[in-house]
Amino acid sequence: MKLPSGWSLIRAYTILIYVWMFTPIVAVVLLSFNPQQFGSFPMEGFSFRWYFRLAGNATILGAFKNSIVLGSLTAVLTTAVGIPAAMAFVRYDFRGKDTLNTLLLAPIMIPEVVLGVALLLFIRWLQQPKSFVLLLIGHVVLTLPYVLLVVQARLVGIKKEYEEAAQTLGASPFQTFWSVTFPLLAPAIFAGMLFSFTISFDDVTATLFWATAHNQTVPVKIFGMLRNSISPEINALGTVMIVLTVSIPLFAGYISRRFARAAEK
Amino acid sequence: MGTEKDPQFVKFRGIVKKYGDVTAVAKMDLDIPEGALVTLLGPSGCGKTTLLRMLAGLEEPTEGDIIVNGNRINDTPIHKRNLGMIFQNYALFPHKSIFDNVAFGLKYRSVSRDQIREKVKHALEVVRLPGVENRKPAQLSGGQQQRIALARAIVIEPDVLLMDEPLSALDENLREDMRREIDNLQRMLGVTTIFVTHDQREALSMSDKIVVMRDGLKLQEGDPETVYNKPANHFVADFLGHSNFLPGEVVGQDDENVRVRIETGDVLLARHRGSWKQGDAVELVVRAQRFEAHRQSHFQPTEGMNSFAGRIKDKSYMGGEVSYFIELPSGREIHVISMMRTRTYDYGDEVSVQVAPYHCHLIGREPEE
Repeated sequence: MKLPSGWSLIRAYTILIYVWMFTPIVAVVLLSFNPQQFGSFPMEGFSFRWYFRLAGNATILGAFKNSIVLGSLTAVLTTAVGIPAAMAFVRYDFRGKDTLNTLLLAPIMIPEVVLGVALLLFIRWLQQPKSFVLLLIGHVVLTLPYVLLVVQARLVGIKKEYEEAAQTLGASPFQTFWSVTFPLLAPAIFAGMLFSFTISFDDVTATLFWATAHNQTVPVKIFGMLRNSISPEINALGTVMIVLTVSIPLFAGYISRRFARAAEK
Repeated sequence: MGTEKDPQFVKFRGIVKKYGDVTAVAKMDLDIPEGALVTLLGPSGCGKTTLLRMLAGLEEPTEGDIIVNGNRINDTPIHKRNLGMIFQNYALFPHKSIFDNVAFGLKYRSVSRDQIREKVKHALEVVRLPGVENRKPAQLSGGQQQRIALARAIVIEPDVLLMDEPLSALDENLREDMRREIDNLQRMLGVTTIFVTHDQREALSMSDKIVVMRDGLKLQEGDPETVYNKPANHFVADFLGHSNFLPGEVVGQDDENVRVRIETGDVLLARHRGSWKQGDAVELVVRAQRFEAHRQSHFQPTEGMNSFAGRIKDKSYMGGEVSYFIELPSGREIHVISMMRTRTYDYGDEVSVQVAPYHCHLIGREPEE
């Protein structure tokens, strides 16, 4: 391969950046298989010891359960709110449409700390205790922009004529939605759900403000564990988190592309 | 409403559609006879599609009434209007099989499962595409998709069939076939049909009535021959066919013909239709196909025919015919389409152009825009 020297420099530079980005992650994954208590390189053997320990840790399992319940509910709720909102933005004209759209997308730009504190203050003002419902509402606010963006993008691609054709053929607006719009929207809805699940699943900053001792999520739990000691269990837990949060969006992307292709065929 | 059956099946009464300050349709009154194929013809933005969409219920008129079969339908929601609509890009549901596409409208009517199967089968036979029930729309060609769209619209036995430029997404050759097919189908079913197009050939070849529109206004309505041969104004004459316009002034008339002096000083005869008086500023409309060019040196004017001199300025060979652009002494160019029954001419040839008074149509001259 003959590249001009400038290009080979850029290539080396790029590789270095990637090494710099991924080395810590690779270290965590590798050390999670290290049998020693105080893991360091070179590794002395290979074991699933910390994974077994993890599987036996009731508080971590509890946190996992919390995370999964929270993530799933967030996904369902966000999509349920997001689809009608996206429909309104794409298909109808109303006053203040742009402003409202910007407001709904704002949580992406607002620092999570601010969002966390704001919701907490709001709850105080309402004189309500911190609860799972608060956590759920918070996560819906956090993930709604992503669902809105994904569903809106798809909706723009679904020609209005499909809905118009359905209506002229005798389907009411509601029947039109279920028989035409929803099936065509399904890939985006599915992707949006997985997105919001993943975002909810690995959110730390805002969740730290909203979680109570009873409904800690996995990332919050890890954060707590790190404050006390550095246990190799955390490496194992981290690896599990990495696998989940990377594979779910990849899977979502794959599914939505397949659906999109199937719909075109 | 009287007890007698009104021959006008669809009626637009004083229909106005405004988008903000823009008027898409202005005070439109239009009658569509039962069983007729009526074309709304005009350039894009003339309001023809808006008018169609208001009938379908996809747009709401700002003012006016829409009456179908004696009932005012302004407040009837789209899905209760029982109108079959054909869209420019077919709008077949991409996620449904052909069967489900065609059966779609029947599911919202009280039709049994067996009847649905029967009707879908029949509709596919009518559009000459039997046996494609299990395919997906994307597996069919454009022409086939449009036929499925047609089947989907006629299977519900609509009161009115609405077609919004249904042929414009098709290839030239296919368009001709589809046009004839739609025409035959419409005659066979006898369903009142409104066809929106900007293509004059489509309009002329299939309509019972043509409505020429521009800027939200109805400029002329009538059967194809009337609209083509007796255009009411400059725009209609220009929009349909290759027209030549010779400005002139009425200098006299008898029972049969009006005498018009054109710019060159020649006085031409135009068949008497309508009322003109001496001194009227008029335009003489002649179709490019109606002129005959003759070589000047051999030319013997025929008795009762109009003739004047010109010079070939440009020509283009079109296979079956030749288009000549002939410059008159006044500098005006006229377009002549010759079917090549005689010899062809070259640039610069001096010719005499002849046209029968019968083929000269007079319209009032409009102020320059």
